Amino acid sequence: MEKYSLLREIADSWMLLAMLIFFLGTWVWAFRPGSRDTHRDASQIPFRHETAPDADDCDKQCDTCNCRAVPDFLKEA
Amino acid sequence: MNYVKLIALAAVALLAAIAANYGRDLAYTVHMILIMVIAAIAFVYVLRSTDEPKTVDAAGPPTGYMDDVIRYGAIATAFWGVIGFLAGTFIAFQLAFPALNFDWGQPFTNFGRLRPLHTSAVIFAFGGNALIMSSFYIVQRTCGTRLWGGNLAWFVFWGYNLFIVLAATGYLLGATQSKEYAEPEWYVDLWLTIVWVAFLAVFMGTLFTRKEKHIYVANWFLLSFIVTVAMLHVVNNLTIPVSIFGSKSVILFSGVQDAMVQWWYGHNAVGFFLTAGFLGMMYYFVPKQAGRPVYSYKLSIIHFWALIFLYIWAGPHHLHYTALPDWASTLGMVFSVILWMPSWGGMINGLMTLQGAWDKLRTDPIIRMMVISLAFYGMSTFEGPMMSIRAVNSLSHYTDWTIGHVHSGALGWNGMITFGALYFLVPRLWGRQAMYSVPAINWHFWLATIGIVLYAAAMWVTGIMEGLMWREVDAQGFLVNSFADTVEAKFPMYVVRALGGVLYLAGALIMAWNIWMTIRGRQPAADAPTVQPAE
Repeated sequence: MEKYSLLREIADSWMLLAMLIFFLGTWVWAFRPGSRDTHRDASQIPFRHETAPDADDCDKQCDTCNCRAVPDFLKEA
Repeated sequence: MNYVKLIALAAVALLAAIAANYGRDLAYTVHMILIMVIAAIAFVYVLRSTDEPKTVDAAGPPTGYMDDVIRYGAIATAFWGVIGFLAGTFIAFQLAFPALNFDWGQPFTNFGRLRPLHTSAVIFAFGGNALIMSSFYIVQRTCGTRLWGGNLAWFVFWGYNLFIVLAATGYLLGATQSKEYAEPEWYVDLWLTIVWVAFLAVFMGTLFTRKEKHIYVANWFLLSFIVTVAMLHVVNNLTIPVSIFGSKSVILFSGVQDAMVQWWYGHNAVGFFLTAGFLGMMYYFVPKQAGRPVYSYKLSIIHFWALIFLYIWAGPHHLHYTALPDWASTLGMVFSVILWMPSWGGMINGLMTLQGAWDKLRTDPIIRMMVISLAFYGMSTFEGPMMSIRAVNSLSHYTDWTIGHVHSGALGWNGMITFGALYFLVPRLWGRQAMYSVPAINWHFWLATIGIVLYAAAMWVTGIMEGLMWREVDAQGFLVNSFADTVEAKFPMYVVRALGGVLYLAGALIMAWNIWMTIRGRQPAADAPTVQPAE
């Protein structure tokens, strides 16, 4: 088979299927059970290590700090 | 190690001198002399520190964050921003008043040569430095680790800015391969490839040594920006130089294949350089400035995968009604329309991060800048899919509507988020309480916003008018207007557009002054409100 036709054949069938499955897989992965805690923790990453690699700038305990645990908006909605 | 560097730099200087001697065109010769001088300066710099006794540092290797290179990057961003906006404003006036293509400056200062200088200065110099600087900042903070690779980050910074200087001077001296947003010639492309691989190495090395288990979403966007731009750049610049001693090169592809590769590159330069990269900035700086985590982390993951899966196919919408097969341009159109969804998902995610903190819009001009930037992101990601539809495109293509669309994205989304990031970073990087002048940030915000509105509105009017005039036929089926008729009719809008540019430039100058005063350590005036209101 001509190289173009062969590549086109693969792209239109298996490659398309593989990419679609991968893409749908990312949705499944994002909504997998138990991901909520992981995501809540990950969303706090910008509020750690602000000034130095070792510094945990915020212990999430104080009343005034910005990074204290924030209610999960999706859950409330 | 220093001996190897010295030998390499000496060889580069010598080869550049030889190449300059044999140079076949002005741009090439000037560039080789430039490289020779830079290599010689670097040689002396390395030589002076060779065989010096090492000052033993009791603390061992440096441990904190590597912020020096980010400080340089912040200054370079502001500097190139002003240069790029100035060039843009000047060529806007050239379009309105062609006499500004001064006779004494020909051919170096005509519109055709200044226009790529403007686009490259704002996209690659202003935007690129903003991206490199903020990705270095973000990846360190979100990984909890120092930048990997030691001085490699410095190589990235200086190497990238050398690329910009070579590109910009090349345009003025007439070296271009005539590919939009990929104008630099072959040796400049090769140099950028080396720098970009070093950039990727620094970024990946930092990710590999991270202390956080999870890779924060901003880093995903930034990594996709680095990887995809590398791929686009290499494929779109597959050229063969006519001579090793000349700047001219010939592209491997021909005809419609070349056009398709160019717009696959061109649209993904928008998609991954100006969108994915800046979304990486957005996912860090907006939560930081708002003091709240991103609205939905799940949405950010889906936003990421949907955006990169869809964007890469959208390029053919630049080639409606050309020799490109219909199926290809339909594919590009369909993917462009679908792309609307992840784009708005990202905009909503950014805006809703302010949920519960909307009051900051009143008090914090930095968050206001970020919000208007997201609003323009939403607007231009709606406008873009609409313009990619074939029927709309038949009216809008080749008109100023396209220019207006690009600028609402670039000035609104990229510019405003970068200004916000600079106002966020400068006080932190230089250890200041806040920016020197908060009212000046407000001035910048309003000047820039009104400037964009004038610009975009003028371009909508002139673009649609132009499109309608071009297609107007009389009862016998003859075209009613000549091209010169449309040029004449556009004059008022061109003046308004240029005035919008003046406002935007004035805002950037105020920012540059404000950054300058902050770095010099001047205290804010006593009665000025602080940037972050107490909660």
